[in-house]
Amino acid sequence: MAEYSALSLLANALKGNKDWKPAWRKPDPKASYDVIIIGGGGHGLSTAYYLAKEHGITNVAVLEKGWLGSGNVGRNTTAVRSNYLLPANTRFYEHSMKMWEGLSHELNYNVMFSQRGCLNLAHTPAQFDDYARRGNAMRHLGVDAELMTPAEIKRLIPALDISSNARFPVVGGLMQRRAGTARHDAVAWGYARGADRRGVDIIENCEVTGFLRDGDRVTGVTTSRGDIRAKKVAVAVAGSTGRVMQLAGVDTMPIESHVLQAFVTESLKPFIDTVVTFGMGHFYMSQSDKGGLVYGGDIDGYNSYAQRGNLPIVDEVMSEMLALFPGLARVRMLRSWGGVCDMSMDGSPIITMGPLPGMYLNCGWCYGGFKATPASGWCFAWTIAKDQPHDFNAPFTLDRFHRGLVIDDKGQGANPRLH
Amino acid sequence: MSPRRIETGNRIDRLKTIRFTFDGAAYTGHAGDTLASALLANGVTLFGRSFKYHRPRGLLSAGVEEPNALVTVLRGDVREPNIAATMVEIHDGLVAISQNRFPSLSWDINAVNQLGGKILSAGFYYKTFMGPVIGPFKGTRFWMFCEHFIRRAAGLGRAGSAADPARYERMNAFCDVLVVGSGPAGLMAAKAAADQGARVILAELDPRFGGSANWSDETIDGLPSADWARRAVKQLEGHDNVRLLPRTTVWGYYDNNTLAALERVSDHKENPGKGEPLHRYWAIRAGSVVLATGAFERPLVFPGNDRPGVMLAHAAERYANEFGVLPGDKVALFTNNDSAYRSALALKKAGAQIVAIADVRPELSGDVRKLAEETEAEILTGHAVIATEGGRALTGLKLQRFDMANGGLTGDARSIHADCLLMSGGWSPTIHLASQAGARAEWSPARQAFLPPQPTQKWIGAGAFTGSFSTAEAIAEGRAAGLAAAGGSSTPTALPSVEAAPGDPDPAPVFEIRAKGKSFVDFQHDVTAEDVRLAHREGFVSVEHLKRYTTLGMATDQGKSSNVPGLSIMAEALGKPIPEVGTTRFRPPFAPVSIGSLAAERFGDLKPERLTPMHDWHVDNGATMYSAGLWYRPMIYGLSGETIEQAYVREARATRETAGIVDVSTLGKIAIQGPDAAEFLDRVYTNMFSTLAVGKARYGLMLREDGFAFDDGTTWRLGEQDFLMTTTTANAGKVMQHLEYFLDVIWPELKVHVTSVTDQWAGAAIGGPKARQILAASVTGTAVDNVTLPFMGIVRGEISGVPVMICRLSFSGEMAFEVYCGAGYGTHVWETLVAAGKPFGLVTYGLEALGTMRIEKGHVTGAEIDGRTTARDLHLDWMLSKKKPFIGSAMMDREGLVSSDRLELVGLMALDNRPLNGGAHIVEELDEANPHGSIGHITACCYSPALGKHIALALVKGGKARHGTRAHVSDPLRNRFGPVEIVSNHFYDPDGSRMHG
Amino acid sequence: MLITCPYCGPRDVIEFTYQGDGNRERPEPASQNFEAWNAYVYDRLNPAGDHNEIWQHSGGCRSHLRVVRNTLTHEISSVAFARGDHGPRRKMEGKS
Repeated sequence: MAEYSALSLLANALKGNKDWKPAWRKPDPKASYDVIIIGGGGHGLSTAYYLAKEHGITNVAVLEKGWLGSGNVGRNTTAVRSNYLLPANTRFYEHSMKMWEGLSHELNYNVMFSQRGCLNLAHTPAQFDDYARRGNAMRHLGVDAELMTPAEIKRLIPALDISSNARFPVVGGLMQRRAGTARHDAVAWGYARGADRRGVDIIENCEVTGFLRDGDRVTGVTTSRGDIRAKKVAVAVAGSTGRVMQLAGVDTMPIESHVLQAFVTESLKPFIDTVVTFGMGHFYMSQSDKGGLVYGGDIDGYNSYAQRGNLPIVDEVMSEMLALFPGLARVRMLRSWGGVCDMSMDGSPIITMGPLPGMYLNCGWCYGGFKATPASGWCFAWTIAKDQPHDFNAPFTLDRFHRGLVIDDKGQGANPRLH
Repeated sequence: MSPRRIETGNRIDRLKTIRFTFDGAAYTGHAGDTLASALLANGVTLFGRSFKYHRPRGLLSAGVEEPNALVTVLRGDVREPNIAATMVEIHDGLVAISQNRFPSLSWDINAVNQLGGKILSAGFYYKTFMGPVIGPFKGTRFWMFCEHFIRRAAGLGRAGSAADPARYERMNAFCDVLVVGSGPAGLMAAKAAADQGARVILAELDPRFGGSANWSDETIDGLPSADWARRAVKQLEGHDNVRLLPRTTVWGYYDNNTLAALERVSDHKENPGKGEPLHRYWAIRAGSVVLATGAFERPLVFPGNDRPGVMLAHAAERYANEFGVLPGDKVALFTNNDSAYRSALALKKAGAQIVAIADVRPELSGDVRKLAEETEAEILTGHAVIATEGGRALTGLKLQRFDMANGGLTGDARSIHADCLLMSGGWSPTIHLASQAGARAEWSPARQAFLPPQPTQKWIGAGAFTGSFSTAEAIAEGRAAGLAAAGGSSTPTALPSVEAAPGDPDPAPVFEIRAKGKSFVDFQHDVTAEDVRLAHREGFVSVEHLKRYTTLGMATDQGKSSNVPGLSIMAEALGKPIPEVGTTRFRPPFAPVSIGSLAAERFGDLKPERLTPMHDWHVDNGATMYSAGLWYRPMIYGLSGETIEQAYVREARATRETAGIVDVSTLGKIAIQGPDAAEFLDRVYTNMFSTLAVGKARYGLMLREDGFAFDDGTTWRLGEQDFLMTTTTANAGKVMQHLEYFLDVIWPELKVHVTSVTDQWAGAAIGGPKARQILAASVTGTAVDNVTLPFMGIVRGEISGVPVMICRLSFSGEMAFEVYCGAGYGTHVWETLVAAGKPFGLVTYGLEALGTMRIEKGHVTGAEIDGRTTARDLHLDWMLSKKKPFIGSAMMDREGLVSSDRLELVGLMALDNRPLNGGAHIVEELDEANPHGSIGHITACCYSPALGKHIALALVKGGKARHGTRAHVSDPLRNRFGPVEIVSNHFYDPDGSRMHG
Repeated sequence: MLITCPYCGPRDVIEFTYQGDGNRERPEPASQNFEAWNAYVYDRLNPAGDHNEIWQHSGGCRSHLRVVRNTLTHEISSVAFARGDHGPRRKMEGKS
């Protein structure tokens, strides 16, 4: 019997739920490992899982400075989509999407991936053409996409204001039906349990304080729980990349850390059945299974590691929300929080070997990291195991900026706050 | 009189009767009642259903922390869901309904979930609903099937979709001292600060100032505490420097002592005053803040602690003393601390019979025993409640002997009849705002509570907030805090005296009685003590994992009462002290805040509208307006019965045959002036401007620092040191900031000043074979012939008395002129030109015709300069000067920017004579079933009246080399496939003979 | 967050536009040192702590300000005009 199933639930319930095992062990760190992964977030944990599962590398430690999943994997607005413009991104995120479609079974853990669709609203004919360009780009890479008319959109989202006297009337939308949402914490926990059951040591409350070096080569880390050596050291700490890389003597990176706020309303009966984004600003919203409307907007727009945002973005996001859904004025915001994002110079991530010998780097996720979790770990594990990137992550190098091979989906250039 | 209404109660006005409905039934209450107190007075015990098990629930509290009694308030079509009945002030005509029940509150079909009990334990959904690996339900199908039903069972109230007609407004306020909370500590603080002359704001979330003074029935300064509070408020009202904000919840503590508050201005009114907002959002910038936010009483965790009729001890005291409502006739008390004895005594005085007092502690102090005896209750020390009985109302409870040392229960269970059980698990200071301000709370083993930390921002705590639970301490700390916050130093007079019931502020460290049955920790989310232990068993032991795995503290009350009991159960399971489980860090908002208030005046008015000076003329003359960014521009001037395509084809054709005029006022315009203006432009543009003669204009291209194309436009040299730059409409603001950045940060040595003059100039472009004649007929003070006004020449003159500047440049490809005048004269000049053009057949044209003519000419706009293209991609490399460095010159030759497979600008002609679509892709081999192999995409397309063909501009891999070859458009989104010929982007008059004349 | 503009006084952050890392050194316009150009355009210090950064008072006097702000607490310890002739151009320690 699978560890988790309806049957095991029943069997355990009959025994008063006394026999459930911890989802992951709490081991002490060993003196050395084949691979150390710094960062017990979604990407670090999925990397460990795929190292063990796909490459048979199980002598692996995941080091987490706080509690597992305390970073952005548990702070995002849970959207999963592969509706990108540029081929490098579309291919990578579509690989991720396909992994999402089987993830609950893969992990024997219900991550509640709900393919309820993601709709980008267009508000001018020019924007509609722009979305058509992106949708066609997706279709030419085998990814689903379709255009919707205002009438079709109204049927899908009755509460949406599509009237022509809206400040920015809806002229249409780009829909990816296979997109959707997932339960963010479950993804971290599911990968943690999967990795743990395959022998990976997940070590919480273990902060990396420095790198052990043999010349240039990275040979391990110093931590709050002692020195740990490793043949390979992988860094997957999006949000804290600048800080960790500085410990390795890499002083500058093509990354700025910015705080992104997210919000949830009180729990409501089903109000919206899809993920929707506003085209004349920056606003996105979906509804959790518990009933809260989960939504967000732009980053606060200045370097921050504080995980706390300020009021201007709060006001902006709520204003945009009501522009689309004027019936929500009396609904109440219940909770807000901030996550620190690695904003890269072209809006696309980095999954690569280096920059030091013995080191591997996974960072620069801007605010797209959650949906990438499966493919990011899968590609990073491949890169660590084989010392070369997979085709999917080959474009996501660190040196692409200097070489001018940027993957700039938004066309904003080297201005991280605009990606 | 209502069955439970009594003679006490200082908040309600018995002379005013108010009529309202709840779930369709009519009730009455009094002015001053909350929905909770009024229904309680009417004998209602059942207020709501819980989230997961749909268990019947009554009132737990009397305030903002209420987890159970959530209702939806209806005003016509407008729904306001999830409001705590304890916070709703009744008014005539109030319509409230219960939530999360079907078909009714009394008979809720989903209560069947309770049978699921042990299966529906914490996190059960992670372990099931995954479905089969094969078959029609494989993948995500099965989960989504289940999710459909789960979503409908979950959720509390229902949101409306009707637009809210209410107004919301925002106030920015500044003060020296913001006092949050108006209990004895807050009142003293406000008074002390005000006496020092400080500008004070006092915010109170309840309708009445006074906090605990309103119900504690203590004596302060010789007065009943409620009267003392009235007097203190009256004194504050007399101060010009004090602003009193009742019904105002301070919900956020942001950087630099910026606090956010929500004032419920007219929620409690049947008919809000004219222009009065529903809610007012206060952004308060405070010099310093006094946090006098009090404390929340905690429930105890024991089987059946959620039954309607079980409530917090102080809440019952509030209902009796403040609202004149007796929550029960036969009342029992269960406590781990002294404070609840006063509550029992209050109910006794109000007329209830106190049937029993169970205290987990083996002994009571002499003072407290005396209080207990005054209640005439049976006193059962060393006892605990192990069960409650009843359905929709409490009928009794069971007690057993309890050993505090090991939590053991011994002896026979005893049953006691009671219709109300008061419980008290001690108090948690309301430290939320201090926590939001960035500090970590500290655990006090004595108080069994998290106490506020050392301030990280400018705030001072006072009263119960600091863990000082007695009124005497609150008064002393409040005054000290107010004085310190105001920077005061005067020697204070004697403090008001307080007569209060005695009591030790420290509770016994007992939160849970472990006995058979469901013991609730988080009432709204149905998280039980067993769920917490299951989380422990499965390794979800840190406070955040506990929260996320069990959803403890994630409900609308945000764990205000459940946080510490939950942590204590986890700590016990771990065998560690509570602080090692972790400290919850609170985040905004303290209590849920209406989204309308946050949008405030931007609700219904998201962004400003930018209108050109001639806007009204366009609308009056049949233009269909197009929203472009913040601007509105004419799209077409359609004649009756015309389609959009017919209109723009007519306008473009007429312009090429006779003349057309278009409003170009939206173009960005920047005055660039100073001795180094020409040098600056040489650095900013890829091409040379220092060589430009005065009185001439030149087309210029800018790159970003990274070498990609940024913006284009013409810049006019009006004088030796005086240039007028035009930018694209979309990039006007960005270019301005770009220029300012370089002048201010990079090249401060350049003597140049830049000024945005976009709104100062109105602009019209008039083009076509007859354009010059029309201009000649309208302009005075200058000739406009080829010698005076050659291509790219500039002249000044007048049009019907208005000074104008005319530059001969062309976007349409015809002989054309841009005429600029002061914005205020825009319509006048426009009308003059239109009138002068009439005999020549001049048409007005809009964006569609403008776009058509620019596509025919192959000019680029934002669709091509999309942030990813280079000058070479757009065949503008002829503009890259080799004689000087410019912004982007060092970076534009990098490997990725010069590779051979980049997308390049080309023209396309549809070979099937059908319309093309913007955003269609281009492929070499058509495969309609499985589109693939994109080599580029269409950026702009139109029907070209000049060519009689459907044409497009496109960005295509290796574009120039493909001129003269065939490809296909592939637009699966719109099912448009077909052959095209790839040609040069210069479709029409490629050598420019028409515009050169 | 409030920024004290030397012209306009303390103003809410909403009036300002962030212009990023103030430690970046732009090479001389004609410089052929491509490594220096790349570093200027793409590489950032991004410290957790005091950060030397440029803000424009775009909703006010439009001056560019050199601000030292802590990225962990958002506390601002100094604000000066970015233009050299308005005051000393403050540089952060080392690391650039």
